[in-house]
Amino acid sequence: MRAQQTISIAGENALIVYFGDKPSAAISTEIATTVKKLRTYLGATLIDLVPSYASLLVIFDPLTTDHHSVRIAIKTAIKDLNQNTTAQQTSSASRVTLPVYYSSESGPDLQRIANTAGLSIAEVIAIHQQTEYRVYAIGFAPGFAYLGQVDPRIATPRLATPRQQVPRGAVAIADRQTAVYPAQSPGGWNLIGLCPQLMFDPKASPSMPVAVGDLVRFEAIDKTTFENFGGVL
Amino acid sequence: MNNHLRVIKPGIYSLLQDSGRYGQQSIGLTTGGPLDRSAFRCANLLCENPQNSACIEVTVGGLIVESTVKTTLTVTGADIPLRINKQPAALWQSHSINPGDLIELGFARSGSRAYLAVSGGFQAEPLFNSVATVPREGLGGLHADGSALKAGDILPCQPIEDTSLWQLPEKLRADYSQNSARLRVVLGYQQESFSETQKQCFFRSQYSVTKYSDRMGYRLEGAEIIPAIKGILSEGICLGAIQFPPDGQPIVLLNDRQTMGGYPKIGSVLSLDIGKLAQLSAGGTVHFEPISIGQAQSLWAENEKQFASNPPLKLCL
Repeated sequence: MRAQQTISIAGENALIVYFGDKPSAAISTEIATTVKKLRTYLGATLIDLVPSYASLLVIFDPLTTDHHSVRIAIKTAIKDLNQNTTAQQTSSASRVTLPVYYSSESGPDLQRIANTAGLSIAEVIAIHQQTEYRVYAIGFAPGFAYLGQVDPRIATPRLATPRQQVPRGAVAIADRQTAVYPAQSPGGWNLIGLCPQLMFDPKASPSMPVAVGDLVRFEAIDKTTFENFGGVL
Repeated sequence: MNNHLRVIKPGIYSLLQDSGRYGQQSIGLTTGGPLDRSAFRCANLLCENPQNSACIEVTVGGLIVESTVKTTLTVTGADIPLRINKQPAALWQSHSINPGDLIELGFARSGSRAYLAVSGGFQAEPLFNSVATVPREGLGGLHADGSALKAGDILPCQPIEDTSLWQLPEKLRADYSQNSARLRVVLGYQQESFSETQKQCFFRSQYSVTKYSDRMGYRLEGAEIIPAIKGILSEGICLGAIQFPPDGQPIVLLNDRQTMGGYPKIGSVLSLDIGKLAQLSAGGTVHFEPISIGQAQSLWAENEKQFASNPPLKLCL
């Protein structure tokens, strides 16, 4: 039993729930569970939910509900949460495996990460695959999922000067976070491979293979498999 | 399809916008939609359209279109000279348009955003239930790729048989001529990280709009406010949130804002006032005024009542 969540005003039609001071698997699970509950409780009066590392922004329609009613709904959701066991909540997270072609040609920063860490490239690749990552947040760009936590041995700070162009599908590391770039964009993360799976497709349903709270594993594939999946170097 | 408006000149920056893309912030999609919601709403009202119909948001001006269709057309918002077949035409009222008519928007004398609506709205392929154009995301708009309107674009719309023409009562029309705005603010987010002195300073100071202002956010310049905390864990940002980066100069986040951010925020501008801010041009002045949640709720109700009790006037021709 813990009740350290706090509810603050964000705007005239928005409340933000803080679940703690720093991200953790437990908090991420609580947020994912609260998202599901609030969708049910608030129905059509809900405009949007923005889950993040340790908070959840709740935006509602001020013409059909008000701060007081939404606050009550949030309190109910949190109360349920504090009474439920963590085991039950974890079972609702989906597990997703993403294929990655790790290599120096698809991951231009692999060698530097290996050098800095005093590891071989093969070890960096193996360590990246050993962790089951959690989707802590989605933002920055459509479909960009922040995954944590990267093993400290291969955690690498962002580039001093971001690249003008990071290709779609680039698998990257920044500090203890990892991600797959959903589209070509500028970016300052360290590139270690390419994932042939689309991370964001506005015309597909669902438009993303992962959601906040999901658990993600990376699995190495060879170049031929990468190309067979439609990957382009 | 032969029923359309053809873009002859797109002007400075013209975007197709409906009321916005909602419910997708958890996958990183911002809302887009009209910066001046009130002027957008009036444009659709005057064309007898549902509130969510797609209009063109014209920034600063310069849009020229030719019609192949019989429709009604309205321009609201920024004070932009409007000419139909070279004849001056009034803003905030609907006009009858016939095939071959030329519609020209000049450049804003005051205000920054104008809304051009036609009967039934413009038709485009929706993405996530919206045609709102968000260039940064490459989503929405006429070609569903986030691109702004360009010369030669064909904007499909439905022809109409009978036209009733309407005019908006003066009371509901905004006046942007002062290039200044008083923005009401609901305190929130990390407001406790700002001292009483800082809050007083913020609400007493005059800020000016910098040239680094766009659909993502308006960057202001004025009294420096440096909160006790430098950064926070990235969290969801609502419309109008006022964030303070380390330089202490506020940024008011607008429709195309990033969905998450890590700068401390003092609260959020009342959404009814977002349009006033977005109509300001560089050098425009801003004052902030704190209000309570209760006041914010009454202001919403009052705004709805004003629309209900001042319906558009029918023009007798």
